[in-house]
Amino acid sequence: MDSQTARESTVEAKVDARPKEGLSMRELAIRYGFLTLLVGLIVFFSLATRGFTSPQAAVFILQSVSITGILALGVTATLVVGGFDLSIGSIATSSMMAAAYVMVVLEQNALVAVLVCLAIGALVGLINGLIICYMRVPDLLATLGMMFLLIGLQRIPTEGRSIATGMTLPDGSTAEGTFSQAFLALGRHRFDLFIENLVPASVVVLIVLAILIWFFLEYTRFGRMMYAVGSNARAAEFAGAPVKAYRIWAYVISGVFASIGGILLAARLGRGDIASGNNLLLDAVAAALIGFAVLGAAKPNAFGTAIGALFVGVLLQGLTMMNVPYYTQDFVKGAVLVIALIFTFALLGRNAR
Amino acid sequence: MGDTAIFRIAGLTKAFGPNAVLRGVGLDLRAGEVTVLMGANGAGKSTLVKIMSGVHRADRGVMMLGDKPFSPATPAEAMRAGVVTVHQNINDGVVGALDVASNLVLDRLNGAGRGFFFNPRKVRREARDVAERMGLGIDLGAEVTDLSLADRQMVAIARAMSHEPQVMILDEPTSSLSSNEAERLFALIDRLKARGVAILYISHRMSDIRRVADRIVSLRDGAIVGQFEDKPLDYEGAVNAMLGQNLGRHSINVRAAGTPVFSARDLRIAQGAKPISLELGAGEIVAVTGLVGVGKTQLAETLFGIHAPLSGTMELDGRPYAPKTPQSAIRDGVFLVAKDRASTGIVPEFNIYENMSLPFLPRFANAGVMRRRAERQTARDQIADLKIVCRSERDDLATLSGGNQQKVTVARWLTQTSRLLILDEPFQGVDIAARHDIAAKLRESAGDRATLIFLTELDEALETADRILVMSENTIVGEHRNADVDMDRLLAEVAGQRLEVTGS
Repeated sequence: MDSQTARESTVEAKVDARPKEGLSMRELAIRYGFLTLLVGLIVFFSLATRGFTSPQAAVFILQSVSITGILALGVTATLVVGGFDLSIGSIATSSMMAAAYVMVVLEQNALVAVLVCLAIGALVGLINGLIICYMRVPDLLATLGMMFLLIGLQRIPTEGRSIATGMTLPDGSTAEGTFSQAFLALGRHRFDLFIENLVPASVVVLIVLAILIWFFLEYTRFGRMMYAVGSNARAAEFAGAPVKAYRIWAYVISGVFASIGGILLAARLGRGDIASGNNLLLDAVAAALIGFAVLGAAKPNAFGTAIGALFVGVLLQGLTMMNVPYYTQDFVKGAVLVIALIFTFALLGRNAR
Repeated sequence: MGDTAIFRIAGLTKAFGPNAVLRGVGLDLRAGEVTVLMGANGAGKSTLVKIMSGVHRADRGVMMLGDKPFSPATPAEAMRAGVVTVHQNINDGVVGALDVASNLVLDRLNGAGRGFFFNPRKVRREARDVAERMGLGIDLGAEVTDLSLADRQMVAIARAMSHEPQVMILDEPTSSLSSNEAERLFALIDRLKARGVAILYISHRMSDIRRVADRIVSLRDGAIVGQFEDKPLDYEGAVNAMLGQNLGRHSINVRAAGTPVFSARDLRIAQGAKPISLELGAGEIVAVTGLVGVGKTQLAETLFGIHAPLSGTMELDGRPYAPKTPQSAIRDGVFLVAKDRASTGIVPEFNIYENMSLPFLPRFANAGVMRRRAERQTARDQIADLKIVCRSERDDLATLSGGNQQKVTVARWLTQTSRLLILDEPFQGVDIAARHDIAAKLRESAGDRATLIFLTELDEALETADRILVMSENTIVGEHRNADVDMDRLLAEVAGQRLEVTGS
């Protein structure tokens, strides 16, 4: 496809049909279509349901998407370098289990638990990157394998059981440790914002990370180079970029973000629940892919990812308040994703030429 | 049989939005004749080809094939009617994962009325038919990925010929072939001519045109501006018509080298090759010429740290220079404008200024944060300097013509001062006007750096360089000052007839 576009472009030089100023209807639709749809949804739900517009409801939506949003921002980094990370969901659940294990079984404090989780995320990301860059395993397959491995690994220390205070350990003793209050605060504390106890810590973490990764990708030379690596790796290499290092860093970012998601999940649940977090991967990937359609970017971008996550959250919350049954949720998410992808590739693809 | 026009175009127009690309093209193609179509980038050649091959539809005008109107809606329809096109990009014409036999009958495999099952023996038989008719000397069982580019193209052409076409369009068919391979293509063209096929041949390469043309048609700004068919053909007239100006012979003021900047001693770039020694001085432009496949790109990339030399040493400004990566080469001030901009140069999703600053992001950043204003200013300066045609520095690169894309990739390396600037085939797929702009800029900015240009086309070397080195079999076999070049000796060296190393 590259050579195709390259050839086309030499040909269509004079053919660029876009008028110099002013945007056509189609361009307006491409650029602002998704945002308009989001605003439309919000307006619709506020008219159709009671209480949708309250600050509490808004915060609830943000909270519901905070963990998937953080994972999605991480996977955006791997999408930017032209890769993909299927292991984020299992990194998150592994770090949730690790946090519980460190506090409940090893009886360590919150700081140790957090550091262990971040180290796990960074290490798994590093291994992913090394396998992809140096063993030349395609990204999807490498991270699929890693996902499988982690799902199994996280069950081994407790012989497949969830971790909670008072559980019986494999050696017959009882786990005496507890989740520290400081750690639980990450999931349960709410900051005051005009209204007392309004904004949960997880939402603050989401917003901070979103701004960080957005600034990093859009405004620093490292982010620029990551986009170059994703768009034409050879050109980036010939421009002096250490391509492998950028790729590996992208997976490390993805792994660390996923482990932060896992920390928040553990803090919210207050235990290491082996049955939770099943949907994290799909939801996060969907948000990042929906992000392609935002502002007509047609490429992975942090702002789009955040909007994508928000979009899914608004839609699900609104539908729930309209008494749409819970089991339709995955269907709705899937439908949004398919529409966003069609929007991105059909409309934008043609425009990009 | 030269007089029967079997394909006629009259009054063809095509506009994309407000841009008129074709403004009433009229053209006749005759059976058994090669019509060469010349035109600068953006003249409308490719649009014309696309209309003839059914990719685009004309706004106005008629096409007649024989005595029937011809207005194909799809490429398949054009092919069925008897007009086949062999595209510039050879790999678009073949499927790498299949063998030669399957490739030869590929389009028959999905024709109407085909059975569901795939019979390999029948495919072989049909393929053998096709191959024999075309005199294709390629093993039918070979995988296409194992074939050379020329062989792949032969396969694509043979398949196209199996439809017994009346008209064949060849769009820059030699752009990725070596001269031996091109000669095989020309022999094939001769066979097609003998069978009465009308051929439209599109090319920039004068040597090709001299070899195959029966007549030349020049296209400029969407209209035919010259037709040349009296023998001997007036090549210079055709070029001038296509450019709309009289460029004539480019004479340059040959400069002497300043202080030595770069030197290489006993550099061996391939197993069994003789060592290379060369010295480049400040302010001079040195061209390295030679056939395709003699190691020019290998040498260029060795100097840029992509490959390590097998042996030998390099010095830059008197200090040892042994780059391990492009990154370290760039840090030392050695820049490479790599061959084939689409795969090694441009970042298609980036705009002009982002493409230009790519290698120098640290110099355009403050504590890691990009200074876009500085980037854009630098890009604007280069756009003005190199006469890059665009709306602004924020245009996506994909909206530029090939020549302008090439200017951007060259400009990228001119934004910062270098000690040694290496350019590998910088004029590939670039029209003559853009070529002159780039060459003039290189000469003007030569300053106190050394400049080394790798060029397959001798004409381009004669037109840009102060000194010409000749490569053959992975080593340097000759050196000429571009003032009183002994063309016979130079051509003999290019052809590999002298192999001793000449000292400087």
